[in-house]
Amino acid sequence: MTKQFDVIIIGGGATGAGVARDCSLRGLKALLLERGDIATGATGRNHGLLHSGARYAVTDRESAEECIKENMILRRIARHCVEPTDGLFISLPEDGLEFQAKFIEACLAAGIRAEAIDPKEALRMEPSANPAMIGAVRVPDGAVDPFRLTTANLIDAKAHGAQVKTYHEVLDFVREQDRIVGVTALDRRTGQKQEYRAQIVVNAGGIWGHDIARKAGVTINMLPAKGSLLIFGHRVNNIVLNRCRKPADADILVPGDTISLIGTTSSKVPFDEVDNMYVTADEVDLLLREGTKLAPSLAHTRILRAYAGVRPLVASDDDPSGRSVSRGIVVLDHAVRDGVEGFITITGGKLMTYRLMAEWTTDLICKKLGIDKKCVTADVALPGSREQEQALSKKLYSVPVAQRESAINRHGELAERVNTTSAAKRSLVCECEEVSVGEVEYALNELDVHNLVDLRRRTRVGMGTCQGELCACRAAGLMSEAGKYCTREAKQDLANFLNERWKGMAPVAWGDTLRESQFTTWLYDGVCGLKNQKNTI
Amino acid sequence: MKFDTVIIGGGLAGLVCGISLAKRGQRCAIISSGQSALHFSSGSLDLLSQLPDGSAVECPAKGVEELVRQSKEHPYAKLGVERFVELAEQSKEVLQWAGVDTVGDSERNHYRLSPVGVLKPTWLTFRGYVNSEKATALKWKRVALFNAEGFLDFYPQFLRDELRAMGTICEVHTFNLPELEQIRQNPTEMRSANVARLFDSDGAIDALAEIIRSQKGDVEAVLLPAVLGVDCNDGVKRLEERLGCEVAVVATLPPSVPGLQVQTLLRRYFQELGGVYLPGDTVVGYKAEGDRIETVYTSNHGDIGFRADNFVLATGSFFSGGLEADNEKVVEPLFGVDVVYTENRQAWYDRDLFQAQGYESFGVRCDENFNAQRAGRTVENLYAIGACLAGFNGIKDGCGAGVSMLTALHVSDVIIKKK
Repeated sequence: MTKQFDVIIIGGGATGAGVARDCSLRGLKALLLERGDIATGATGRNHGLLHSGARYAVTDRESAEECIKENMILRRIARHCVEPTDGLFISLPEDGLEFQAKFIEACLAAGIRAEAIDPKEALRMEPSANPAMIGAVRVPDGAVDPFRLTTANLIDAKAHGAQVKTYHEVLDFVREQDRIVGVTALDRRTGQKQEYRAQIVVNAGGIWGHDIARKAGVTINMLPAKGSLLIFGHRVNNIVLNRCRKPADADILVPGDTISLIGTTSSKVPFDEVDNMYVTADEVDLLLREGTKLAPSLAHTRILRAYAGVRPLVASDDDPSGRSVSRGIVVLDHAVRDGVEGFITITGGKLMTYRLMAEWTTDLICKKLGIDKKCVTADVALPGSREQEQALSKKLYSVPVAQRESAINRHGELAERVNTTSAAKRSLVCECEEVSVGEVEYALNELDVHNLVDLRRRTRVGMGTCQGELCACRAAGLMSEAGKYCTREAKQDLANFLNERWKGMAPVAWGDTLRESQFTTWLYDGVCGLKNQKNTI
Repeated sequence: MKFDTVIIGGGLAGLVCGISLAKRGQRCAIISSGQSALHFSSGSLDLLSQLPDGSAVECPAKGVEELVRQSKEHPYAKLGVERFVELAEQSKEVLQWAGVDTVGDSERNHYRLSPVGVLKPTWLTFRGYVNSEKATALKWKRVALFNAEGFLDFYPQFLRDELRAMGTICEVHTFNLPELEQIRQNPTEMRSANVARLFDSDGAIDALAEIIRSQKGDVEAVLLPAVLGVDCNDGVKRLEERLGCEVAVVATLPPSVPGLQVQTLLRRYFQELGGVYLPGDTVVGYKAEGDRIETVYTSNHGDIGFRADNFVLATGSFFSGGLEADNEKVVEPLFGVDVVYTENRQAWYDRDLFQAQGYESFGVRCDENFNAQRAGRTVENLYAIGACLAGFNGIKDGCGAGVSMLTALHVSDVIIKKK
């Protein structure tokens, strides 16, 4: 049986989720298909930096302006995903102060508040910063949680009628003459194929959009650019630290939740590596070397893990016709560009501009469908950001304080949906991140969780310093109890989860990270005799 | 302070070495900085269950012959086949002295039931823990499995399904007690040791027996997580007396109650023999004279040193701090003795967590007497035993506890013979 929609969106990153929400809010019937879990591509593999735009002010004025506008919008609509930390651009002796003047001028011209402050004052504000700095500029940077942001967009899309199907991979397009009229998708969990039809299909596949476009018979020249990052074991800094120089490797240190992140490197990688990227020892060494220049204490801070994402860069000389005005965001109407009707690609851009990308895409969809509805996503708050924290905290007064704050932090007012009525529900599954049985059950029931890694993205189970030592086993038990899978599948899922954690730990497995991993091996391989039978999704 | 032997590390290796020396009249001190691998014990001790080439070992006493051929660097290869068998028998005896009652022997591995329902080959299993002669089945046809309500560190459904696949019908029940309600009020307290402490009292065992009796039905045995007492080791026996049927327990996620109990029994026995046990103390420095260690200094005792004729390094592997790695090298942090490791960091790891990891076989370089070396020169009176040693993978080869106990006993003999 074929299912009919107005719009099919391929890709469950921030952009795809944003398009699904925007379409739904404008009354379109949307279906989002994601071949894995949400936010698994570049969306979940970056700094989580709420850019002020300052980084681009000197080199790319347009991107800078987009960033600061979206920055201010996200502070309003996605409050529970954002931490307004501010940022410092520090000049080290080797950088000189020449760039600083140009930098401030460019920021102000782009509408970014940028204020030079005394290095001593900067050090007082952010004691982890390199005391050797000779200059500092304060800008409205912040931190944004991409998993929460994507989840919130999808919750709202679903609340407005959208369907979201994770672990659904698009195998092919359905065509009628020169028109794309739908897709055939494989449910990777059941192995079943299904045809879905729509008036418009949107390719929001990030770097995987390259292959998706090819399946539709059009060519987009993308360049996969790998960016590696390190996660430190605690929150080293409370203000984002940047180097005040032309953007280069490893010059941003972002605090987020309980940790800090340094990144990134930048290197071209072949397409066959983008599905499974490993951070090399050289990249780790480079990140550490540069990172310690921003915050010297990183040299003796435990590194939790390393990971890498792939930026979908689009070759600039490729397309004279369908390019949007921005050098960053690329909206391609393949009817105009390639003569393929009913197919749009949205790519380029960055996490910061996901909403704007969605707006432009949905504007184009509406234009093509002859619908006259304005975008409201800049004004309507996302689910989770609709109530003040203090009011929420009062409502959940009976929940132990650390648990309550963590749940509100992660889910905003949706934390009310977590069952906290009994001691058993308040019992902690993950001590590092204060995740309760009730919160796990909420995620299992309402947030499209199919395995432990999905659960981690929604709740932070296993993201703390122990990297899922005991909580993984407890959560596997709860998932099995909830009927998500049988106990044999639960055990394989546990093995997959531990291996996914190990993938990030191995590049930095020395010191305490090696100790932690040895403990994991003793416990699961030794004591439990857990086996890794196969690699499933 | 002057001792005959100072042992650094209070885990299985250190305690067994201390007991063996003290039993023969030596004045010994054990300096223990904290937890050891015993706190993650499975309820069993492994001697040898797999060879480095991956083939399974059914009879450790025979398997060791092939092991010695395959791996010259393995601590067992330094002991030799004959000593291996002799020391394995002695190990079981030492445990008995201390009141640790076990089943099994080095002739033939038996199988323990892991917390997720896997039958794993092993050497000695603490009495009262589920074990089997066969690799594929338990001896019972029908059992009842009881878990404490809301206890997340033991997941009975994992066991139930595996047991059923082995041909043992297993029904899962939960029990609750007023004391458990108390523990549950704090979201982090529902952990094995806290639950187990309840059952040190006869009252709680009585109440538990009452619940089990009313629910268990017609079964051959009642299975529970290993939480039947911490100070008291006879929880299984006390419950059996009340129920009149067989009771057996299965290890939980850490902390390991059987591990805590064995550690306590060994420590007490060592102290009864006159040994000095210093918990929570850490060696921070030492004085050497030529190729000998003269004195070690600890954080609690400042400049009051521990002098001894011999020193034993039983500090464990990375987890316990016996070995330390940074992004370039692996060191033994107390004496800086030579360590065997690969320089290329990528070779330390396999991308699959469940494959053998290169770093597991890194460790202290020793001669055939387990004398440690510094810059290639033997340190005459410093010996290394247990998990800090190089040349073996205790998890993959199922030999961690065996290496700890056998090298501990061997070194105690070397030290005694030296006198």
